Amino acid sequence: MSRFSPLEWPVLRQLRGADPLGRGSAVTSARTRATTPRTATADRVVRSICPYCAVGCGQRIFVKDDKVVQIEGDPDSPISRGRLCPKGAASEQLVNFPNRVTTVRYRAPHATDWQDLDLDTALDMIADRFLEARRAHWEDLDEKGHPLRRTMGIASLGGATIDNEENYLAKKLFTAAGAIQMENQARI
Amino acid sequence: MANADCIIVQGSNMAEAHPVGFQWVMEAKARGARIIHVDPRFTRTTANADKHVPIRAGSDVVLLGALINHVLTEELWFREYVQAFTNASTIIDERYQDPEDLDGLFSGFDPETGRYDPASWAYRTAQPADPSHAHDDASRGETAGAGGPPLEREPVQRDETLQDPRCVLQILRRHYARYTPEMVEEACGISREDFAYLARSIVENSGRERTTCFAYAVGWTQHTGGAQFIRAAAILQLLMGNMGRPGGGVMALRGHATIQGSTDIPTLFNLLPGYLPMPMAGTHDRFEDYVESIGTKTQKGFWADAETYAVNLLKAWWGDAATPENDWAFDYLPRLTGAHGTYQTMMAMLEGKVDGFFLLGQNPAVGSADGRLQRLAMSHLKWMVVRDFSMIESATWWKEGPEIESGELRTEDIGTEVFFLPAANHTEKAGSFTQTQRLVQWRHQAVPPPGDAVSELQFLVELGNRIRERLAGSTDPRDRPLLDLTWDYPIDEHGEPDPESVLREINGFHVSGPDAGRPLSSFAQMRPDGSTAGGCWIYAGVYADGVNQAARRRPGQEQDETAAEWAWAWPANRRILYNRASADADGRPWSERKKYVWWDAEQGRWTGRDVPDFPVTKEPHDEGDPEAGGAAGLSGSDAFIMQSDGRGWLFAPSGLVDGPLPTHYEPVESSIPNPLYDQQANPTRVSFRSDLAMNAPGVDGLGGAAEVYPYVFTTYRVTEHHTAGGMSRFLPYLSELQPELFCEVSPELAEIVGLEPYGWATIVSPRSAIEARVLVTRRMRPLPIAGRTVHQIGLPYHWARGSEAVVEGDSVNDLIGLNLDANTQIQNSKVTACAIRPGRRPRGPALAELVAEHQRRAGIDADTGDEKVTIPPPAQRRVHVPGEAPAPPTEDPTEEEDR
Repeated sequence: MSRFSPLEWPVLRQLRGADPLGRGSAVTSARTRATTPRTATADRVVRSICPYCAVGCGQRIFVKDDKVVQIEGDPDSPISRGRLCPKGAASEQLVNFPNRVTTVRYRAPHATDWQDLDLDTALDMIADRFLEARRAHWEDLDEKGHPLRRTMGIASLGGATIDNEENYLAKKLFTAAGAIQMENQARI
Repeated sequence: MANADCIIVQGSNMAEAHPVGFQWVMEAKARGARIIHVDPRFTRTTANADKHVPIRAGSDVVLLGALINHVLTEELWFREYVQAFTNASTIIDERYQDPEDLDGLFSGFDPETGRYDPASWAYRTAQPADPSHAHDDASRGETAGAGGPPLEREPVQRDETLQDPRCVLQILRRHYARYTPEMVEEACGISREDFAYLARSIVENSGRERTTCFAYAVGWTQHTGGAQFIRAAAILQLLMGNMGRPGGGVMALRGHATIQGSTDIPTLFNLLPGYLPMPMAGTHDRFEDYVESIGTKTQKGFWADAETYAVNLLKAWWGDAATPENDWAFDYLPRLTGAHGTYQTMMAMLEGKVDGFFLLGQNPAVGSADGRLQRLAMSHLKWMVVRDFSMIESATWWKEGPEIESGELRTEDIGTEVFFLPAANHTEKAGSFTQTQRLVQWRHQAVPPPGDAVSELQFLVELGNRIRERLAGSTDPRDRPLLDLTWDYPIDEHGEPDPESVLREINGFHVSGPDAGRPLSSFAQMRPDGSTAGGCWIYAGVYADGVNQAARRRPGQEQDETAAEWAWAWPANRRILYNRASADADGRPWSERKKYVWWDAEQGRWTGRDVPDFPVTKEPHDEGDPEAGGAAGLSGSDAFIMQSDGRGWLFAPSGLVDGPLPTHYEPVESSIPNPLYDQQANPTRVSFRSDLAMNAPGVDGLGGAAEVYPYVFTTYRVTEHHTAGGMSRFLPYLSELQPELFCEVSPELAEIVGLEPYGWATIVSPRSAIEARVLVTRRMRPLPIAGRTVHQIGLPYHWARGSEAVVEGDSVNDLIGLNLDANTQIQNSKVTACAIRPGRRPRGPALAELVAEHQRRAGIDADTGDEKVTIPPPAQRRVHVPGEAPAPPTEDPTEEEDR
């Protein structure tokens, strides 16, 4: 192994090589030399936008084996010019963080803990409850006889962190159902 | 911002909260611009500024009003700009009375309802107003879209000499006459030298050759008069000619990836896509009344086509079921009866009136004001659905929330069913975000979501499918809107709806005719006859030619500064709004240096470095068709094309519910008597009568709780966390960078209270008490105000109690009360009265006892501070108002005492 060669003594490396001041290649370990950035080994790079504040920095998402392995700033973005703040730079963890929950959980009334639930079952239960709440708090007319055609039994909060297309469908569905109490962070 | 010669950051810590955007401030500085930070705290923004101007939180209108007064008195305003493009010369109704006449109220206030009738703020017209066109809900912000209530198209009266005492400019002079540098010193704690520096910086960097820019964030919006803070900056910028020009403007720095998009395509109670209002029961029963209330066909500018925008939306949602015979299914829309904002909804939830609640990426247990009230409200729900990445506190409050710890709630007693559904994140789905400058940017999907995680798109489509299946065959008319809904989005093999198909619907398309099926290329192609459909008129063009324009990524380095081929900005890919004002009345650039959009006489069209925000072939001296509404009615100098008079509004005759001009009111929990008027606080503010939301006004005679809650705190963000922490406190890197809640206090306050650096402090408000580590720092500076010293405390609000996140800490929003701006229904988070003492807070039931003991000593209850009008009889008035002798007031303000 070359690291046992006397020629690999750091001082000699420093004097022999292209790094006489010992600030770069002369002082790297074999491990460092063998390391390649995750960006170099990625299968593909996908263009995206940072999910945190509203500056809208460009992101490049590096993917290997269908896993996100790194996220970097997009130098092509005329807004961010390749930069990311600590949150944007940490956003790979937003994909792979250890506390992320990826299964449905359900807390029954008065229960002291979560239980697992199948996604389809959960959606069926939510749809049933949606219609029940809609019915239970339906208002056809106000006290003066003006049409209301609404339900006050259902509310929703959120939207500033999801997509325009998602907000569009949320507003469309809730409005068609008569559910007017729909809000997001823009109010706060 | 890079093109500005002076940047005033006020109501924002831009370097901390928008660090990458702040590079453009630094770019401007490198090009020679002056940067001034007006803020209660010395922050990272201040460290990069040329000058820090410390200000008492909540006093911004005094400062901005004094700048307005200064430029008017010293005749430093940009006369040619103001005469050409603003309503300075417009004459206001004879009945208008100013707060200078009424000791802090405008004419038209009704103490019974706590609302204004804005009729007396209107432009004077030749004929008296036609009562059949009166909009009796104009006093309520929730009824108007972006344009505010419309103006009738009657010729307004103007005095181009600007001498008429009833013209806007003269009213403005009188309104702000007492907003002086001395008043600034007294009310804001800003020295006369600092004021002079600020004024000089703006004046020297405005005009033909130079521009000044303002930047703000929630440091302006989160006040009981927040909308008026922004209005005050807009008035100053109009007077100085800094609107519609490069390096000018009033920049809103918004805090979430698509908080702009979720306002444009709103998940908000009062709006439909494209700033169309939700209809109001009684006022908008008929489609005709609804569209007339947004914009009349005879008014100038682009709101005259409100009917077209509304028809296209209804057609997009209800397809073939939307016909001319049924007014495009207008009756399918549910109706409002007032404000139904998130705080009103939480109050209804507390009373058991709401059964189900969806949280789509929001964490109100931590992020909304009065956290205890939020959590207790959720405990009254039958069920809730939390869609997020991890177990945020709004999903776990029933198990380990602060009320479980204190014993106030017992898990076994809580009947709320909770569904936690894991969400796909930004890399796991495709879609668009709209950032803070209206730029719609597309994200491509990088990987599939893990496990049960799905996008909101898939969740909503599947929920909608299930609801519609269950109602199939229903003959109940209330189910028609769901059954007739266009809801047939293409689904891929993973069950994911095609987000581009939704973007195409938002953009709009031809329904019939030779181009049937083709996407629209601009909202100008929309028709009110059902031949086109489009879900959000201002986004028309984002899918022009069937191409996703939001996904365009021509590198910035290959483009000019406008970078028009990077993504797509609404409307029409225009990067600076109202850019007609970047040229003079004759259509010539104000200067070579600030050249942006101008009239090309040879080509007979507007041209320049951006998409002109003006009818492109209308000559600068075109007088406009006096008979026609819409774009044809605009004159060649009506640069503010969305306004019904084509002018920038120094004075807002409609659209605001708390007055046509920004006026200084004290925050509800201020301990300083309003130095300008006997009217202490904004009389239109929204508050809630609840033991969970008590207030502690600090002025004698108005509650006098100043001795118990002698200090004020203001909340803010740090770079390493994101709002309520759902996307940051669960990540190891970010948690390590900012592990713990702290409070910033000045050395002087630390000395008074006995706080040790890095020790603990307990902060008590009328709502709750929290503990935080103590950071003693000169970044906080005591301010001399009205003969006393105001100590301000800084508190970042990202932490919460619970075991799921990497780091935990008390939740600062638990301290904040519910006092809302009536225009926006946004709460004051920036000025709250508190006590502070050394040591940790008590645990268990002793916490509630501590809070109650303070409430008792202060003598406050659920009603304290709810008096809307605080003007005493004339003999007892504290403030001498030297206004001109008014005509006998329509309402005697002395009768409003004690209300």
